[in-house]
Amino acid sequence: MSQATTAVQKEQHSEHHQELSFLYKYILPLDHKIIGMQYIFTGLIMAVIGGYFAYAFRMQLAFPGEIVPLYGLVGPGEYNMLVTNHGTIMIFWVAMPVLIAGFGNYIIPLMIGCDDMVFPRLNRLSYQIFLASALVLILSFFVKGGGFGGAWTAYPPLSSVAEYSLTDWGSSLWLLAVALEFVSFLLGGINFITTTMNSRAPGMKMMDIPIAVWFIVIAVILFMASVGPLIAGAVMLFMDQRIGTSFFLPSGGGDPLLWQHLFWFFGHPEVYVVLLPTMGIVADIITVFARKKLFGYRTVLYTAFATGGLSFVVWAHHQFIAGIDPRMANVFVVTTVLISIPLAEMMFCYIATLYGGSIQFTTPMLWGLGFLAAFLIGGVTGIYLGASAIDVYFHDSYFVIAHFHYTFFPITIIGMFAALTYWFPKMFGRMMNETLGKIHFWGTFIPFNCLFLPLFLLGLAGQNRRVYNFLNYPDLARQELHDLRVFATMSLVVMLLFQFVFIYNFFVSMFFGKKAPNNPWEANSLEWSIPSPPPHGNFKTLPSVYRGPYEYSVPGRESDYWPQNEPPKK
Amino acid sequence: MSMQGPIATHRQATGIPTGRLAVWWLLASEIFIFGGLVLCFVLFKLNGTPGFEDASLTSVAAGAINTFVLLTSSLTVVLAHAAIEEGNVEKSFKYIWYTVGFGFVFLGIKTYEYTGKIIHGHIITENLFWSFYYTMTGLHALHVIGGMIIMAIISFDIKKGYNFQRVELIGIYWHFVDLVWIFLFPLLYIANF
Amino acid sequence: MSETHGHPNYIKIWYWLLFLLIISTVGPMLEIPIVTLITAFGIAIVKSYMVAANFMHLKFEKKIIWLLLLMSICLLGVFFFGVGSDVMMTEGDQWIDCIEDKSCVEQRL
Repeated sequence: MSQATTAVQKEQHSEHHQELSFLYKYILPLDHKIIGMQYIFTGLIMAVIGGYFAYAFRMQLAFPGEIVPLYGLVGPGEYNMLVTNHGTIMIFWVAMPVLIAGFGNYIIPLMIGCDDMVFPRLNRLSYQIFLASALVLILSFFVKGGGFGGAWTAYPPLSSVAEYSLTDWGSSLWLLAVALEFVSFLLGGINFITTTMNSRAPGMKMMDIPIAVWFIVIAVILFMASVGPLIAGAVMLFMDQRIGTSFFLPSGGGDPLLWQHLFWFFGHPEVYVVLLPTMGIVADIITVFARKKLFGYRTVLYTAFATGGLSFVVWAHHQFIAGIDPRMANVFVVTTVLISIPLAEMMFCYIATLYGGSIQFTTPMLWGLGFLAAFLIGGVTGIYLGASAIDVYFHDSYFVIAHFHYTFFPITIIGMFAALTYWFPKMFGRMMNETLGKIHFWGTFIPFNCLFLPLFLLGLAGQNRRVYNFLNYPDLARQELHDLRVFATMSLVVMLLFQFVFIYNFFVSMFFGKKAPNNPWEANSLEWSIPSPPPHGNFKTLPSVYRGPYEYSVPGRESDYWPQNEPPKK
Repeated sequence: MSMQGPIATHRQATGIPTGRLAVWWLLASEIFIFGGLVLCFVLFKLNGTPGFEDASLTSVAAGAINTFVLLTSSLTVVLAHAAIEEGNVEKSFKYIWYTVGFGFVFLGIKTYEYTGKIIHGHIITENLFWSFYYTMTGLHALHVIGGMIIMAIISFDIKKGYNFQRVELIGIYWHFVDLVWIFLFPLLYIANF
Repeated sequence: MSETHGHPNYIKIWYWLLFLLIISTVGPMLEIPIVTLITAFGIAIVKSYMVAANFMHLKFEKKIIWLLLLMSICLLGVFFFGVGSDVMMTEGDQWIDCIEDKSCVEQRL
């Protein structure tokens, strides 16, 4: 995997620093930019696997029992494995590495104006552990019994007893992979936080840090604070699986509900862990292309703090039907609905930023706006699910799936494309083709809505999730419901086909695109003040910072942007 | 200390050296890992789960001696830090190896305890108390072993004359391992009611 | 680094820690649960404060580290009370032994 990654990067960087051998430059790099790209490319390859899984099981749902082209027959056990690993891969091996580790690595040192992460070797180690975790996960698909099929939440006893899950080693390797991935992000996260706290360019005060960096760091702190109990829980579950303890088995005095708490105490902050980086990246993109100062920098920041704090007290809304105390459910309904307030406020700040701006509809801007629009639907439907009275009926229905994908698809996929198209000129020194980029945007965004809107309807009609073949259930086999399923699947296929436009655009632009100037978008932040791609060591002379990152269209200036490192006139 | 690595490593916008800041963040994440495990144990214990009366079978003497060993090792590692601040590499090297030695004593007593328990049939799968006992002390022992290995590496580094600041960093980590034991000791050995 | 401050007397702290260790070991011998609770956990907290403040030099550390550690502990409190209020509710768990008797099951649900 890393060979494929590095082969791509080789072309782009061969003109710099011939003194490092190929091995140390691309296989075992210390440079944060290369490590960031390793994460991004590994994440993209995992995204292809996750998308392929989605294709296979959606085809099974639309045409049950038929041979899926390019896959073969999907059996019931295999269906569970596909669903489980689609979820796991997309969250842990696509959203987190690309948005946090990948872009975090790439942009944090550039945006705060230093030459590298504070611990380059720790950074490399965290990527290597991450790569190992991805390989262990892929290995788990091929062991006897197949990959783990107990859903990405891995509720025991299904996940902890081999006789129930029927995937003896599949479950253990899956758990091991997830645990390794956590370790990798803990190490990487310490590096991110320390870098941002300690290594900012002289003059860069707390309120001069670009929102993208702020949000990645907040996300990492949320991750660190929430994942600890789950790491302990993963150790306990692993021992249940392999040694035969009964931490989560009622037969031995254990408590299966405890795992749900451990998981969701992590699982809900995790939503904000992946949301915040995209929110931050989009904040940077919309200010650049609206040519306007970010509306309410401090408000946006404080709403992120509020979201982060509240995210630790909402987890039980995933468990309303797990048998928790109804009095406790009331508390969690209040906190869950409360958390939509800071997020709504953040959203309004973004919309206010757009208001009255001179908006340029470039490809990154389209992705940024697409994110805001799609995430709004995801967020609003979340309020329905947060109310326990409604959730009791909607729980485990396709309404939840549709809601979830209306939040995570914008975050992961749209956010990833926004960031990739925005920083592509900086990363590879060439511009992407705008026409192809726009075709790709509309070809992804329209099918995305066609794919998930019908799922809301199916959920309202009572369609449960994790069912292999709906035609076996008379009330769900009705023609009008099945038509919606087929329509959703066809939209998915169309969307996947449009991704080839992106792949073509990406690789052709990487090698033959128009040469990118230092600052193609006329943006303020520090990474645009250096050549594209940045040389080893980033800055020829380390910059000083004189102002915040969002000084666009300042009255009385000739140009409508004002780089952070431009000294003020005497 | 020599100027190696990127310039970023040597900046101090917070006024705290980069390494120490990172160690504190590491410990914050460790608090959650150990805290999660310990709190699960406490929940089961408060719930009156059958088997938790076995806490009376653990040897208070062995636990107390181990606490003494770890407290003393904390003292030696902080003395190693004090010595390196005075620039006395030899003394610091000596104290680091005292600490490693106490680590071995700790692990030896732990092994003795484990052996005794297993001979009496209290294996990890017997009931939830023993599951927690072996998981918590095992995870703690892994941290002890990790600390000892890192300490050995650092001791030779300072002999060669670099990375002096790391004596303090490993010290902070080692004190944290000590702190975890200070809480495990009453939980697993003393509180048997 | 820490040249700016004097050292605490490490040996003295160590003596105090040993003294507290002896109390926490002797405490349970009175066989009064409340005393055991205080000598075991109260003293563990005092000991850990002494180690953290003196040996880990938290006394001389910037406020932000205190904030970080306190936040971690507070969050663990949130975790404990959130999870505890559910996991500690055991009604409805124990109906397996009376599965034959319908009224018994309904009573315990």
